[in-house]
Parts: sequence; C-alpha cells; structure tokens
Amino acid sequence: MDDRPYTLRRGLFVLGQGIRRAPAMFALAVVGSVLYGVMTAGTAWALGRVTADVITPAFSAGRLDGGELARGAGLMTGVVLLLVLGVVVRRVAAGRTVYDLGAIYRRRVTAQYLRLPLSWHGRHPAGQLLSNANADVEATWQVFAPLPMAIGVVVMLVVAAVSMLLADPVLALIGLCVFPVVFVVNVAFQRQMSPRVTLAQQLRADVSDVAHESFEGAMVVKAMGREAGETSRFAATADRLRAANVDVGRTRGVFDPIMEAIPSLGTLAVLAVGAARVSSGAATAADVVQVAYLFSLLAFPVRALGWVLGELPRSVVGWNRVDAVLRAQGGLEYGPRTLDGAGAAPVALADVDFAHVDVEGRSVPALSGVTFDVTAGRTTALVGPTGSGKSTITALLVRLVDPDDGVVSIDGVDLRQVREGGVAGVASLVAQQTFLFDDTVRGNITLGDPALADPDDRRVWAALRLAQADAFVAALSHGLDTQVGERGATLSGGQRQRIALARALVRRPRLLVLDDATSAVDPHVEAAILAGLRATGEGTTVVVVAYRKATIALADDVVLIERGRVLDRGSHRDLSGRSPAYRNLVDAYEREAAAREAALDTDDAGVRA
Amino acid sequence: MTDEQRRIADADVPTVGQTLRRGVQLSPELRQGIGITLLLATAATGGRVVVPFAVQQTIDRGLLADTGPDAGAVSGLLAGAAALVVVTAICAYFVNLRLFRATEGGLATLRVGAFRHVHDLSVLTQNTERRGSLVSRVTSDVDTISNFVQFGGLLLILSALQLTVATVLMLLYSPLLTAVVWVCFLPVFAAARPMQRAVSASYGRVREQVGGVLSAVSESVVGASTIRAYAVERRTGERVDAAVAAHRDAAVQAQTRVALTFSTGVLVSGLVSVMVVIVGTWRGVNGHLSLGELLAFLFLVQLFTGPVQIGTEVLNELQNAVAGWRRVLAVVDTPADVADPADAGTSLPRGPITVRFDHVSYAYPAGPTVLHDIDLTIAPRSRVAIVGETGSGKTTFAKLLTRLMDPSTGRVLIDDVDLREVRFSSLRERVVLVPQDGFLFDDTLLSNVRFARPGATEGDVTLAFTELGLGDWLEALPRGLLTAVGQRGESLSAGERQLVALARAYLADPDLLVLDEATSAVDPATEVRIQRALDGLTRGRTAISIAHRLSTAEAADEVIVVDAGRVVERGPARVLVAAGGAYARLNDSWVAQRTLG
Repeated sequence: MDDRPYTLRRGLFVLGQGIRRAPAMFALAVVGSVLYGVMTAGTAWALGRVTADVITPAFSAGRLDGGELARGAGLMTGVVLLLVLGVVVRRVAAGRTVYDLGAIYRRRVTAQYLRLPLSWHGRHPAGQLLSNANADVEATWQVFAPLPMAIGVVVMLVVAAVSMLLADPVLALIGLCVFPVVFVVNVAFQRQMSPRVTLAQQLRADVSDVAHESFEGAMVVKAMGREAGETSRFAATADRLRAANVDVGRTRGVFDPIMEAIPSLGTLAVLAVGAARVSSGAATAADVVQVAYLFSLLAFPVRALGWVLGELPRSVVGWNRVDAVLRAQGGLEYGPRTLDGAGAAPVALADVDFAHVDVEGRSVPALSGVTFDVTAGRTTALVGPTGSGKSTITALLVRLVDPDDGVVSIDGVDLRQVREGGVAGVASLVAQQTFLFDDTVRGNITLGDPALADPDDRRVWAALRLAQADAFVAALSHGLDTQVGERGATLSGGQRQRIALARALVRRPRLLVLDDATSAVDPHVEAAILAGLRATGEGTTVVVVAYRKATIALADDVVLIERGRVLDRGSHRDLSGRSPAYRNLVDAYEREAAAREAALDTDDAGVRA
Repeated sequence: MTDEQRRIADADVPTVGQTLRRGVQLSPELRQGIGITLLLATAATGGRVVVPFAVQQTIDRGLLADTGPDAGAVSGLLAGAAALVVVTAICAYFVNLRLFRATEGGLATLRVGAFRHVHDLSVLTQNTERRGSLVSRVTSDVDTISNFVQFGGLLLILSALQLTVATVLMLLYSPLLTAVVWVCFLPVFAAARPMQRAVSASYGRVREQVGGVLSAVSESVVGASTIRAYAVERRTGERVDAAVAAHRDAAVQAQTRVALTFSTGVLVSGLVSVMVVIVGTWRGVNGHLSLGELLAFLFLVQLFTGPVQIGTEVLNELQNAVAGWRRVLAVVDTPADVADPADAGTSLPRGPITVRFDHVSYAYPAGPTVLHDIDLTIAPRSRVAIVGETGSGKTTFAKLLTRLMDPSTGRVLIDDVDLREVRFSSLRERVVLVPQDGFLFDDTLLSNVRFARPGATEGDVTLAFTELGLGDWLEALPRGLLTAVGQRGESLSAGERQLVALARAYLADPDLLVLDEATSAVDPATEVRIQRALDGLTRGRTAISIAHRLSTAEAADEVIVVDAGRVVERGPARVLVAAGGAYARLNDSWVAQRTLG
C-alpha cells in the first residue's frame, strides 16, 4: 500500500479530486453553506440592530412601540428562515456529495478488481480488498460532510471580521488574532493525527482480513476445535486496533478542548479590552456587546474548520489506499482478432513456460516447455500426479493467465491476439473448485446471457440434462428460480459441480476444458455425463483432466504430465504399454484391488489349511 | 436450509434503550469509572457558563456601573474567568481520555466476543449468513459505534449537562422567559421520538446495505477466476453497482432525514431568540428586567439552544451507532444451537472409540428428513466406509458424528456418552473430521498443518507427511514446509490442499478420524498410498471414511451402505458384492470405471 506521508497539499489534492467528480452537488452545498454563514453573522447584526433601534429606546423610554417591535421581530425571523434554508440545502447536498463520491469510487475500485489479473488477486488478501472498497472509500470522502460547512464558516469569518471592523477596529484586531491561532493549532493537530490515523486505518483492514479468513474457514476451525486459537488471533489484532483508536482519541481529546477554549478566551479578551475602550470613551457598550456576541456565535461553527482539518489525514490515508488499487497496472492485453471458426476448435500449446508468483514475490516454476496440440473435435486427457501442473494448463487454455514464454493458440491464433471476450466466447472451463454466484440456478447457468435465456428455458434444461442435474434441480423448491445462496451454500458439492458443468455446456463451446470437474459426482452419474458428452460432442474439442479410466477411455489421446513437463503422449493403450509412470498412476486402484484379493485369498487358504 | 429461528435474529428490532442496556452489559468497560468521568464532565460543562456570566457581570457591573466603567473590577473578574476556562479545558481532556479508553476497551471486548460467537454458531446458522455480512458485524458495525463515541460521546453528555445548567441559570434571570424558551422547545422534544425512529429505521437499512455491498464485492474478489473464465466481468460489475447504488440511496435517505431533523432544531432555536426579544422587551419596559439581564439571557439562550442542536445531531449519530450495535448484538444473542457444554460436560479419556447411533433422525430446518432412524454401533479400532449415492445422507452422517450438527431425534454416543454432553475441548481432541474442501489459511504449509496442534515441531510435521507416504511430494516443493499456500490455499492445487488437510488431521492424532471425501481430488496412485498409510496407522483408532470411490470401501473392515437416508446394507465389501444388493450395483459401475480401456 501507498504510505506517502500526509501533507496539507496532498489533502487539498484529494479535495480537488472529489470536487471534480461531484461538482454540482458540491457547489449546491457550498451555496447553502454560504447562505448559512452570512445569515449566522446576520443574526448578530439583526440583534444589534434590534438592540439599538428597539430594545434600548424602549428600555430608556419605558414604553413599547408595537410597530417597531414587530418590524424588529420580523427582521430577526426573516434571517432565521434564510438561515434554516441554508442549513437544509447545505446538509442535504453535502450528504449527497459524500455518498455520490462513495458510490463512484466503490464502482471504480470494483471495476479494477474485475479487470486486474489473477496474479494480482493472488497477492492481495480478500479482506484487504473488501476494506479498500468499503472502509477506505468511506474514509476518503467523509471529509465532504463538514467541508461545505467549513467553507461557509470562512465566509462567515470574513463577514464577521468586516462587521467587527465596522463596530470597533481595536476589538476587531483581537478577533483577527484569534482566528490565525485557531488555524495554527489545527495544523499542529494534523501533524499529530496523521500517522495515528494511518495506523488505525491499516489495523481496521487487518481486523477485517483476519475475520474474513477465519469465517471462510469456519468449518475447519470447528472441525479442529480451534475456536479459542482463532479468537486469540483475532483478539490480538483487535487489541492493536483498540490501542491505536485510543491513541487517536487522546490526540483528539487534547485538541478539542483547546479549540473550544480559544474563542472563549477571545471573548474574555474582547471584554477586557472593551471595558478599557468604553471607559476611555473610544467605544460604546453596544459595540462591545456586538463583538462579544459574534464571538459566541462563531465559537461553534469555527470548529467545522477543525473537523475538515481533522478528517483530512484520514481522507488522505483512505485515498492513498484506494488510489493504490486504481493505479494497479497489468491485466490482460487484448488484440484485434476474433475466433470465428465454426465447429470444434483446434488447440495448441507451443513451448509454454509458466511460473506462479508467490506471496513474497518469488517465482515458483509450474510448467516448462509444454508442447502439445489437440486436433479439432478430438478429446484429450491430461493425466499426471497431484500438483504436476494440469490445472495450470487448463487456466492457460482459456486464457485465465498468459504463458511467461511460448504460445497458446485456438484456431491457430495466439490467444493474446484475440479481442476481449473472444476466448470466453468459444472456450468454457469447468474448474476443479466450483464457484457459484449468490443467484438463482438459472442465473448461475446463463450468467445473464440473454441468448441463453429463451422463454421456456429449453437450452438451460438441455444443459442440465446433459450434466445429470435436471432431476435434482426439478426437485428444488423453486426449480430454476431457487436461490443457491452465497457460493452455492445450499447445495452439496456434487450438485454444485453439476450446475457448473451445465453452465459450461449450455454455451455449446467449441472448446470444453474439464479440470477434474466430476470429482464429487458418483461414478454412475459421471459415466452418464461422459456418455452424454460423447453423444453430442462432435462440435466440441474436449480437454479433460482425469484420473479415472472411464474418463481416460473416452479420450482419443492422453498427455502425461509430471513436474510441469510433458512426459509422454499417445493413446491410452500406447501409454499403458510403454510408460511405467503412467501405469503406476492409472492402474493404482486395480493393482490395489488385486493385491487385496491376493492377500485375502492367502488368508482364506491359510484358514483352509 | 432456511429456518427463521436459526438465522441471526434481526427480525424483532430491540429499542434503543434495550440495545444500549444489552450493549453495556456485554462491554462492562463502558461502565467502569463512569462516575468520575461524569463528575469531570460536570466540571467541564460548568466552564461553559463562565463566558455568558462574565459578559453579564462585565456589562452590568463594569461597563454600565453607576460609578462608570470600573476597569480594575473588570480585569479581576475576567482573569478569574480565564483561569476557569483553562481548568475546564483540562477537565474536558481527561473526560475525553477516559471515555476513549472505556469505549475502545469495551468495543474490543464486544468485537472479540462477537467473533467468538460466530465460530460457536452451528454450521447451519453460519451458512444462512453471507460471510461478508458476518465480517461487517465484527468490523464496520463496531467501527460505527467507535466513530460515534469519538465524535459524539462526550458531546452528548456535555449537552445534557449544559441544558440543565442553562435552564437553572435562565430561571435565575427570568422564570417567565425560561418558560417561553421551554414552551417553544416542547414540540421539538415531543417530535424528537418519531423523528429519531424514522432516522433509526433509515440507518438500519444503511447498515444492511453495507453488508450487501461487502457480499457483492467479496464475490468479485473470491470468484475472480470464474468471472474471467466466463467473461462475465460486466454482469458481475452490474451486480456490484446495484448493491452500491442501493447503499447510496439508503444513505442519502438517512442523511436527508437527519438534515430535516437537525433543521427543526435550528429553526426553533432562531424563533426562540425572537420570542425572547419580544417578551423580554415587554418585561423590561415594565421594569422587570435590566438591559444587561436581557442581553445575558440572550447569551444563555445560545447556551441552551446550542446543546439542543448538537443534541439532535448526536442523537442522529447515535441512531447510526445503535443500528450497528444491534447488528453486533444480534450475533451475540443468536443462540449457539450446537453449544459446548463446557464445564458442565464430560471429558472422555483417550483411547479407541465406540460410536453408537441410537435411533437417529435428522431433518434440515424446514426441510425434508435426510436421515431416518439410524441405529447402529461401530466397534472400536474398526475401519468403516460409508457409501451411497450423492444426496443419500452420507455427509449429514459425518456432521452428526463430529457434532457439527445435532440430530433432530435420537442420540449419537461415543463410548456410551451422548455427544451433547461431551466438552468440546475433549471432543475435538478425540474426533476429527477432514472435509472435502479442507480450507487453508494464508500462511505457510507448516503453520497450516500445525493449526491442529500448535505445539508441534517442524520435525513432527515432516514426520506426519512422511508417515502418510507424502514425503516425496513435500520434498519436491522448493521451499518445503515454508511454502506459502496463498489465500485459501489457492497457490496449491485442490488435490494438494487435500494432502495438507489430511496431514493436519493426522497430526491432530485423534481417536476417531472421519474422512468425508477427503482424497477426492488426489491422483489414484497417491490416494492408494495414503489409503495404505492410513490402514497401517489407523489400527488402534477408529476410522470412518465417506467416499464414492469404492477403493476406500474395498480396504475397509466394514461397509455401511446408505440409501435415501436409511442404512440398507452393512458388512465387508466382498460379502456385499456377493449379496447382489445396492452395494453390488455401486460396485459394478466402479469396476467398470477402473477397468475400462
């Protein structure tokens, strides 16, 4: 994350960004605020007028002029109504500014999440990303709530300064001394606050991160009885946040009373000097009262300046964290080409190298020099031990990632040359780990593609039938309209896999990539799925990661992968004949069954003997 | 799987008072030392009266004194007032500090308590809630309370005190004018309740929408690869945008209501000054009030209306905080229906485990019955495989066995003790479940395996892999045990994650190991190797495996066949194959699968 230090300049820059994005609402808020500011000073002015023209004469005459009093009251009421109008406009418009900006930036941040490559996601914990989109965006724009008010206050101060000058220049001088002091105190406060607020904001993200991870792993935490351990891990982070918040509070606790005391002391100073001025005849008691009243009126609004300056460090910290996401480079580059061949697509990997980048930025080689091709319409099985790189190949085939070296192509076109969305238009991957959206069954299959959502859901049901999922979906309480819950939580693992399979099949892809996509499905269900694929699969090239012989038997070709390299390639029969590594892998169950039979037979023989 | 009773209880919204009481109860720090804090706060408020009082005294005694302005008296008076202002500021600092310490301490306790309680909720309740929403309950909802305290906590106390002090002083100057002020404000106070309620409802919606935004964003982060594979960035973006827009609309509505509430206070404050001028002048003309007194009273009105305005502001903020607080409390107050009997429970001695299902049935809340009257005993030291088609109830069986859920009727017993009576500390030590998707934490391989037994050494962990026949796999990793597994373990393949989860359970060294499709993503050769290792090592302990690959069943002492929630067959695999029943049918398709080609 960006940890540039807070400067007032950077703060003003952030304000500028906000104003540029929501100029109209902000302007309206400022207009309301200026009206409010002028009218607040106007209150003191009206009271002064009424005191001089109505109250004092009435008191000295001992008689009440009803007309004068009504005019005075009318003047004051008018000022009050305009003041209230100013308040309403300011607050509503300021609120709109804050939330409009929040919404704009939340959208921009998530748009980045959707654009940035998977390698970037791998390096950024989900909890941090949630915090960026939520707490950090909020922290950035919260300052726009007091900002219009503060601008109004500045206007108010100018008006106040002028009316003080008109009342008595010497007393006005005191006022003009107090306000710079307020400003200096504020700047000192910001210096103190900035690092503390930065820390607190980072710790908020950390707390969110621990909670997010721990709740995602809730089942394992429970199964292992590690609730207490997880709680103390969370408690440690929460306690750091607590200490940081107390530290922020302590700083604020010093600053607030000082800010409150300054105008009070100013008022007292006005009185002291005023008394001297009155006794020397240089000022009237009314002048002193007016200036003192102005002070007491300004005491509260002046704090709005403090709020803005107090929010600014938080705002800059939030902005820096949001900006780091917005500036993140990378993402797949797209070319101009389209993949508009018809029918099954030919696929090839040529000399492909790929390395993962781990959390610490080290590169971990996963594939090296992988070369094979799949003729259009044929089915190729990728076989290899756990962790040999098969899933990485499937990710390359649908261009979830790009190779570090070498070329992956469909229809002979390097995937990097294909326009955006072009690869997904012809190739579908069913991943090992299925991900379902918090949506209906139908929504999870069509993914909102209007071409797939014909009125009677014919294509959807056809895909579900092929995935052997039609029976259980029909039995769900709302059929296709059943909400599957977050990540499909209301379905079993096997059901989720079959929905994911239907999602791929409904698109009639020219290339279908199955990454052990039936691992949670019963053997006879899998057999039915595979038979269905074979029967309808002329228009589709299939690449399937497989362990079971039934799956491998459907393949025209087998590519044997070990430790990121192609070890051998050929038909199942060829490989069984010549590759011990292959036999070791795919015959494991049979060998084991045979060994057990033999052992049992020996036992039986022993018993009989 | 939805059942209103088991969901986190947001339905009946507690009142502000109830929420605050319950909140304070759960965070006792909030109450600690509150007496001294209030005392200091009173002193801090007293200081606010100093200025208007000094104004009145200066005008009446100093400027308008019969003997002419008395500079000496004025400066003495003002010096005293200045000293009081400074003392007041110091008091205010201590009040702030004490408040921050107390509330942050209290909120940390609340946060941790709520976090713990989320883990104590049953898996079912956890699954009815979106993870993002659960996270917001221990993060941003608590932050809302913290923000309120930082901004408004002291203000609220000071405002209430100031209101009292101002009223008392106004009474001293003019009871009639005081009555005028109060009469003007009564409608405001009367309207406050319904207005606050409206504001509160708005803030409740805002908090809810924050949960919605977090869920939508979380989907775009966690589902990143699916989104890219299907090029549905735009659609996902639209879903996020909809959640963001809903949040924005709710927030704007809340903000507008707050603005209107606040403005009423401003309006009445202004009108009160007008009334005071009218009535005051009339009283003054009649000789009941001096000019200095009227002017001082106008200052006092400021002192009175200030806190009313700030008060409405702070009360609005309070509604927001209470909305957050409610969501946190709702978690804490959701009963953990699968609860730890803790000290009231039994602790079982270590050793081989006998499992008994005593007429157990299970139905998901408001759902169909998935297990019917299961009545069986599993002998200690036996290796049992549970097989059946998808949806037959196998996983439910595993969850009941490990007490992730409790049966609807009947009892699950280990060593003749009802699971509900066994202390979690003892239960989790003796019974460990390895689920199909063994979640890994964003840390090294070493710490993930050690998760089950934090005291284990690196040697223990390496040994666990070796004994499971996974030494080769571990050695092939360039960084060995220090390999970072990435978020949710995603730097590893699904099969590798299962290997780690298995090592983790193995290191936990339970007496009963329950494997629920724990090797489903592992290659056959490795699976067979693990199976053999487990065979050797589970001797002496009880092992129950749930699998659809029958290789596991073939290796087991006994197979239990479940169909449509009932046990339909039981016995060694060979016998069942010969019997030609349900198992034989499963076996046919399995044999066909492994021998084809």
